[in-house]
Amino acid sequence: MEFSDPKVQLQIAYLLGGSMVVVNFALLYQSRMSSVINAFAIHATILGLAVAWQANVQNAPNLYITAAIALVFKALALPAALHYVVRKLNVHRTVEMVFGTGLTMMAGVALVGLAVMIMQPVTQHSGALVTIDLIFAMAVLFLGVLMMITRRNAVTQVIGFMAMENGLILAAVGVHGMPLVVEISVALAVLVAFIVFGLFLFRIRERFYSLDVRYLDPDSRIPQ
Amino acid sequence: MIAAFDATSVNPLYLTLGVPALSTLVLFLLPGYRRAARCNVLASLVTLLASLALLWSRPAPNDYLFVDDFNIYLVLITNFVCLTTSVFSVSYLTHELDIGRLRRPYARFYHAMFQGMVFAMNLALVSNSLGLMWVAVETATLATVVIVGLYRTEAAIKASWKYFILASMGISLALFGTTLLYFTAQSVIGSGNAALAWTVLRERAAELDPAVLNITFVFVLVGYGTKAGLVPMHAWLPDAHSEGPTPISAVLSGLLLNLGLYALLRFKMLMGANDQTLAPGPLMMGLGLASLLFGALMLYGRRDIKRLFAYSSIEHMGLITFAFGLGGPLANLAGILHMVLHSLTKSALFFTIGHVAQVKGTQEIAGIRGLTTSHPVLGWCLVLGVIAIAGLPPTGLFMSEFLLVSTTFAREPLLAVPLVLGLLIALGCLIQRVQAMAFGEPTGSAEPFKISVLPPLAAHLVLVIVAGLYIPAPLMAWFQHVAALLG
Amino acid sequence: MELITEGLIQIAQTALVLALAPGLTGLVRWVKARLLRRRGTPILQVYSDFARLLRKKVVVAHNASWLFRLVPYLVFNAVWTAASLVPTFSTQLLFAPAADLIALIALLSSARFGLALGALDIGTSFGGLGASREMMIASLAEPAMLMIVFTVSLFAGTTHLPAVAEYMSQHQAFLQVSVLLAAIAMVIVSLAETARIPVDNPATHLELTMVHEAMVLEYSGRHLALIEAAGSLKLVLYLSLFCCLFVPWGIAHQAATPLDILAGLGIWVIKLAVGAVLLAVLETCLAKMRLFRLADLLGGGFLFGLLSVILMFVFGSL
Repeated sequence: MEFSDPKVQLQIAYLLGGSMVVVNFALLYQSRMSSVINAFAIHATILGLAVAWQANVQNAPNLYITAAIALVFKALALPAALHYVVRKLNVHRTVEMVFGTGLTMMAGVALVGLAVMIMQPVTQHSGALVTIDLIFAMAVLFLGVLMMITRRNAVTQVIGFMAMENGLILAAVGVHGMPLVVEISVALAVLVAFIVFGLFLFRIRERFYSLDVRYLDPDSRIPQ
Repeated sequence: MIAAFDATSVNPLYLTLGVPALSTLVLFLLPGYRRAARCNVLASLVTLLASLALLWSRPAPNDYLFVDDFNIYLVLITNFVCLTTSVFSVSYLTHELDIGRLRRPYARFYHAMFQGMVFAMNLALVSNSLGLMWVAVETATLATVVIVGLYRTEAAIKASWKYFILASMGISLALFGTTLLYFTAQSVIGSGNAALAWTVLRERAAELDPAVLNITFVFVLVGYGTKAGLVPMHAWLPDAHSEGPTPISAVLSGLLLNLGLYALLRFKMLMGANDQTLAPGPLMMGLGLASLLFGALMLYGRRDIKRLFAYSSIEHMGLITFAFGLGGPLANLAGILHMVLHSLTKSALFFTIGHVAQVKGTQEIAGIRGLTTSHPVLGWCLVLGVIAIAGLPPTGLFMSEFLLVSTTFAREPLLAVPLVLGLLIALGCLIQRVQAMAFGEPTGSAEPFKISVLPPLAAHLVLVIVAGLYIPAPLMAWFQHVAALLG
Repeated sequence: MELITEGLIQIAQTALVLALAPGLTGLVRWVKARLLRRRGTPILQVYSDFARLLRKKVVVAHNASWLFRLVPYLVFNAVWTAASLVPTFSTQLLFAPAADLIALIALLSSARFGLALGALDIGTSFGGLGASREMMIASLAEPAMLMIVFTVSLFAGTTHLPAVAEYMSQHQAFLQVSVLLAAIAMVIVSLAETARIPVDNPATHLELTMVHEAMVLEYSGRHLALIEAAGSLKLVLYLSLFCCLFVPWGIAHQAATPLDILAGLGIWVIKLAVGAVLLAVLETCLAKMRLFRLADLLGGGFLFGLLSVILMFVFGSL
């Protein structure tokens, strides 16, 4: 197998991007908090590999920084921090979902289909590598949003956000020579650190907004 | 002063950005509340002067920063409102510190974050690179999140967390839209910074792939629309407004919402420069009308005074979005005028109710009665502000709303019906609420009115009323020019 | 000459699957026992169990119809036929033209249908309960299986197993996301079809949990032996099918020398052993699911299959 063969390069990018989508489904499927965090660690690891692979294919050494951030910070440090938060705050060990797993997963597949339908026509003239990358990035983004809106718990919402943001990095890395990519990935890492820090500092356990209308608007509460 | 900036040695643009950035650091380190507050006012003043200098010496655009007719007036209004807000926050924070609602270390944090926010907003407005603009909007969000949670009450933290999560989610979508735009631009312009520079993109928008532009716009609409508080992405707005310190509510409503809209408009202008794309107008009009009607209906039955005006902000953002969605020189003119005047009026209202809440010791509308009797100045300012925000003559907002309604009747008579309906509902609800607060027998505590609140408040209200009666011809011509630019 | 070779290989495979099946079941049991730090029954114990069952007298309920007696033979034959069709160590089989993925599924479904009928025949509550649960699982697993078939046929352009095996081994199938997804779906479906944890527990007789065991409670003697043998054969079949579709290396293709065939045989046995160990590890790590959670698991399998079809359809094989 020749790594410089464009077909093999393409297939490896395809495999990594696709694996991210698969792990995203694992994120949606898991019902225990620790497995969700572990699945996220895998998600970030694959992202790191995908970014490194793009750095290799595009011959853009600065992307290795982004890859390193993903591998060290997101795949190792953040999951460890989240495990700590879950333990310290006594967060519910089970994931509370708004809809059932089946319905969520089905919505997920529909969203992947949607991503394909949106991106496939507009990217077909710009090379398969970009096409694949953007389609998978959009799918990961959508699945992240889905996870954020179908979970009741703040920790799982944060993980959904981080998964979504992995999709953003995948997209930004995939289009050739996007300016400020490294800066943006650093900014996003800071943002995420901020969130996890906030989770712990403010002891935020439950999600505050949900589909339950009682939480939607404090005004509608009857004053004591 | 201005002549000094005119010298080519100092670019006023760098000053506009550099002063707040530097003062953020200084204020972080500066102990002593009074000195910090004074320093905050001074920094805001210098920034305003520097941005005024931009009128005379406009730097040439590069790939990162640029100043054009559209953003310069927003920079000015931003720095003006920031200055008045920094003046208002002196007396506001003093009171909060006195009653022990706020602790001193957090006051230092407040000032630093305030300048950080000024920096981020200015940067977002003058950035030419859409990537840089994104980073700046995100920074502004982070800075305001910190201030919204400043009181450390459970409700404040919940509000700031909600704001944070929703805004981050929205802004992530906007980044994806930006990435897509770069993706189509780099095939035309080539890799590198130029492919994200708005001025370059605008020139060559006709060559960009219209299908990608369409997708980009949808993502950006949802993304920056969240920041602008458009329905249905508005959920963070009422909480963030009601739980944070009131000066920040004024800035959030008056400036930060505009910022989201501004980013959206930049993308809309790109769409407009390519005639094969989907028309962005109907999408914006739809969201605008939804926000207008929702905001207006939610005004009814509010119990918290800050929440009341937060929903009013949703309503007005909807109105402005609708105006820009309708497009054309007249509607755009109405939109631009409304953007400025709403900033001024809404921040004046937040100054008023901030102080009202302090003298009455409550934010509950039920606890505020007979203000015109107990605190005549404050009471009549409130009445005046509400008259302005409801779009009654002789204020400036009447003019912009009238312009918009008449244009809509001429061009889209069917859409004018929900538009007028929304405006009338809002009017009715506001009058009903303010009547209860301003008139009747005074109740509750009656702490004395602090005269130091008056200057910023008066400055805003006078401007709003003058704008309703008379706008200088050159200024009007300039607004019309910007409206034509928006297409 | 070719005909004779193919015939010989076919006979060898048919005999081998039957001969190895109890051993494989025994291996899984033994590894599981070792993982739980028990000594475990010897692997060959399963063979003597079969011998014992075959010696014993058949006891049949007096209200049982002819169907009840027919079912074990039907089930055993269907599964055995299916197992001897899958290319295991060589694609040169006499019946290779019939080795089609869809035919295979049809054979297995008919076996399941027969078993459910037999369970219902006597009219005990356990039989009905087991049959209804089995049908529920089947109705959830079969759409997933269908998706796998679609993916494979879109990728390889055929559902003919020898051709699929050949195509897969030549086209770096492991780099394909769709194939990866289909493989995950296949694992889930196989667990359901072979009645393993987390879908069913082969070692339990708890009325709350048992599915397959509930259906065969009334069988005894050689009937039971046949049904148990069919179960073991199914395990061999699914492991071989998985290997044939997703890890097809080492299978002897057309014009292979006898040495290749022997090597293929060795590799197949190794694959089976590895598969058995992995299965045992998996079963030890997982807990049996509640019956109502099964829809999630198998639905997940279906969705993976669907996703792989979508991706395969959109991107082709790149």
